Amino acid sequence: MSVDTQTPSPAPAADPGFSGDQRATTVGGAVREYADKIRGGDMGALPAVLGLIVLLIVFSAIQPDTFPSPRNIANLTVQAGAICVLAMGLVPVLLLGDIDLSAGVSGGTASAVTALALANHGQSWPVAVVVGVLTGAVIGLLIGIMVAKVGIPAFVVTLAFFLGLQGVNLKLIGSGASIPVRNETILNISNSNMNVVLGWVVAIVAIVLYGLLALRKHQVQVKRGLQHGPLALVLARIVGLALLVVAFTAILSVDRAPAVGVVLAGVPWVVPLVVVLLIVLTFIFSKTSYGRHVYAVGGNKEAGRRAGINVDAIRVSVFAIASSMAAISGIITASRLNGVSPDAGAGNTLLYAVGAAVIGGTSLFGGRGKVRDAVIGGFVIATIDNGLGLLGQEAYVKFIVTGVVLLIAASVDALSRRRRTVTGT
Amino acid sequence: MSTPEATGQPLLELRGINKSFGAVHVLHDVDFAVYPGQVTALVGDNGAGKSTLVKALAGIYPADSGEYLFEGKPVTVNGPKDSADLGIEVVYQDLALCDNLDIVENMFLGRELHRGSVLLDEPEMESKARETLASLSVRTVKSVRQSVASLSGGQRQTVAIAKAVLWNSKVVLLDEPTAALGVAQTRQVLDLVRRLADRGLGVVLISHNMVDVFEVADRITALFLGRVAADVPAKSVNHTQVVELITSGRSGEMGIAPATAAQSA
Ligand SMILES: Nc1ncnc2c1ncn2[C@@H]1O[C@H](COP(=O)(O)OP(=O)(O)OP(=O)(O)O)[C@@H](O)[C@H]1O
Ligand SMILES: [Mg+2]
Repeated sequence: MSVDTQTPSPAPAADPGFSGDQRATTVGGAVREYADKIRGGDMGALPAVLGLIVLLIVFSAIQPDTFPSPRNIANLTVQAGAICVLAMGLVPVLLLGDIDLSAGVSGGTASAVTALALANHGQSWPVAVVVGVLTGAVIGLLIGIMVAKVGIPAFVVTLAFFLGLQGVNLKLIGSGASIPVRNETILNISNSNMNVVLGWVVAIVAIVLYGLLALRKHQVQVKRGLQHGPLALVLARIVGLALLVVAFTAILSVDRAPAVGVVLAGVPWVVPLVVVLLIVLTFIFSKTSYGRHVYAVGGNKEAGRRAGINVDAIRVSVFAIASSMAAISGIITASRLNGVSPDAGAGNTLLYAVGAAVIGGTSLFGGRGKVRDAVIGGFVIATIDNGLGLLGQEAYVKFIVTGVVLLIAASVDALSRRRRTVTGT
Repeated sequence: MSTPEATGQPLLELRGINKSFGAVHVLHDVDFAVYPGQVTALVGDNGAGKSTLVKALAGIYPADSGEYLFEGKPVTVNGPKDSADLGIEVVYQDLALCDNLDIVENMFLGRELHRGSVLLDEPEMESKARETLASLSVRTVKSVRQSVASLSGGQRQTVAIAKAVLWNSKVVLLDEPTAALGVAQTRQVLDLVRRLADRGLGVVLISHNMVDVFEVADRITALFLGRVAADVPAKSVNHTQVVELITSGRSGEMGIAPATAAQSA
C-alpha cells in the first residue's frame, strides 16, 4: 500500500513550543514515566513477569531437588512450547475483542491430518506439515467468514467448531485409537535438542542482532529528533535480554541424562521454532500496515473503517492466523506425545492458551496486547502445570488452579481497563 | 480573499442526493457544491442532515440516489478509500480516532508510509506528524507518541484536524471542528480554514456558530429537514436571514416553498 496520489504536505516551520518530547529523558525520568503508566492501568506484561518469578521461587523452594533441575527446566520448556504457539496465535483474535474457543481442537484436527499424511499416505514431512497448516488456515477462514460476513458472534461460531471438530477428530482417528507419528523430523521438535555448540552460536547471534537493531533504532531516533528514551535504558534492555538468554542456554547445555555414560544436553528444538514464530509475528504486528490495522480495528472499528481499512478482511484474517498457529501447536504436541489421539486439543488446551495470552497482558476487550507477552504467559502456565505435577497434585487441582489463575488475570485486565477509563491514559 | 461571485466550476458537486436510514428519509434531493478557494459553510439545526451529507460525500454512507461529480467528472464513491483517493479529507463530528493508538499512528492510519514495500517507516511518519502539529501551533500535547486516549477533547480535535491537513488534499470537510475547542484553538482552526481556502482548496465548514460562519465563509448552504433551503454567497445574506433559514427553512423570498417543507416535516 503506497501513497500514490497524495503526499504529505511540505514541512512548515517547526514550532519551538512543540519539542518537549524530543529530549532524551533521564533514567530516573523514564522510571517515573513507567511507574505512571503502571498506575494509569497500562500494566503490559509486568504481572506475568512478576508472577513467573514468584512461581519459580516458590516451586524451587518446595521442590529444590526436582523443580530447578536442568532436566525439569527442559521438560517445562517443551511443555510451554505448544502453549506459547497457540497463545501467540490467539493474540490477534483477542486484539479484535473476539475469542476463538475452537483453536485447541482445530490444532488437533490439523495435527491429525499431518499425522495421517505421514502414516497412511507416505508423504514427506514438509508436505504433511503444509497440509496440516493449510487445514488449520481453512478452518480459520470458515470461522472468520461466519463471524465477519454472516455476523454470528465469534463465541458461538467457535463453540460450534469446538464441538463439531471433536466429532471430526473422532471420525478421522477412531475412538480409543491414536495415529502414531514416526517421522524423525517431527519427533525431533519436542524430543531432540540442538547441539550444544550450535545452541550457543544461535543464542549469541540472537543477542548481537537484537543489540544492533535496538541501538540502530535509538540512533535514528536521536539523529532525526524523534521521541526516544535514554541510551542507558536501551543498554539495560540489551543486557537484560542477554543475561536471560545466556542463563537459559547455560542451564539447558548441562548434561541432564538420568544415567551415567549417556549425554543429554542442548536447547530443545522447539525453542528455536517458537522464537522464529515469535519474531515473524512480532514483525507482522508491529512493523507492517496489516498489524497496525488489526490494532486499529480492535481499538475503534468505525475509525478503522473510515480510514479505509477493510474491517471484514481483517476479522477473517485473524481467525485464519489463530487456526494456522493452532495447527503448528498441534504438531508440536503430536511430536511430544508421539501421536495424535481423538481428544487432541480438547480438555484444558485452549484454557491454557487463553490464560497465557491474558496473563501476558492481552486485553479481552481488544486493542491491547503483544505477541511477545503470550510467550511469557505461556511460561507462567507451563510452570504452574509442571510445578503442580511435580508436587504430585492430581489433575483436578491443576484444573482448579489454572482456572483461578485465568480469572485473576482477567480481573487484572478488567480492573486496569477501568483504571484507564478513569485516568484517561 | 476570493470573491464569492467568481465561482466557476465546482471542485465537487452533488446533484439530487437522497439518503434514507430504513424508513427515515434523511436527505431529500440535495444539491451541494464546493468551489476551489472558497469556504462553504453548511448550516442547519440539529438533525437537519449535515453530518449525513458529509458522510455521503466521504463514502461512509453512500447515497441511495443522485449524482456525484468531482472536478466536473462523474465519479462513484462507495467507501472512504474512494474519497481519500480523490483528495477529500474529513474531520468527523464523532472524531473517529483509535484510543489505543498514539497520535502518529492515528494520523497515518490507513495510509502508512513504508520503507521498502512492507516495513513501516516510523521515523518518517513521526517527523511528518511532528511538523504538521507544529504548523498548527499545538503546544499542549506532551508527546506525539502518547496514546490518543490520554488527550483532552480539544486536543483530540486538533489531532483529527492535523490528520486531515497532513495530506495534500483538494477538499477538506470539517464537521463542527470548533465545538470542543477553547478560544485560542478556535481562533487557530478558523485561521486554518481560511488559509486552506486561500491555498486553493475547497473547504466545507459545518458550524452552529453564526459569528464564525460569517467570519470565514464565502458561501452558505442551509439545510432544513434534509432539504437545501438556500445556497447563497455569504455577503448576500445577513445573520437574521440565515437563522430564519435554519429554523424555518424560509426567509422572505428565499427558502423552500411551504408546501414542500411540510412534506418532510
Ligand atoms: N446511522 C443512522 N441510522 C439511522 N438514522 C440516522 C443515522 N445517522 C443519522 N440519522 C438520522 O439522520 C438525521 C440527520 O442526522 P445528522 O447527524 O446528519 O444531523 P446533523 O445535521 O449533523 O445534526 P447535528 O447538528 O446535531 O450534528 C437525524 O434524524 C438522525 O437521527
Ligand atoms: Mg452533525
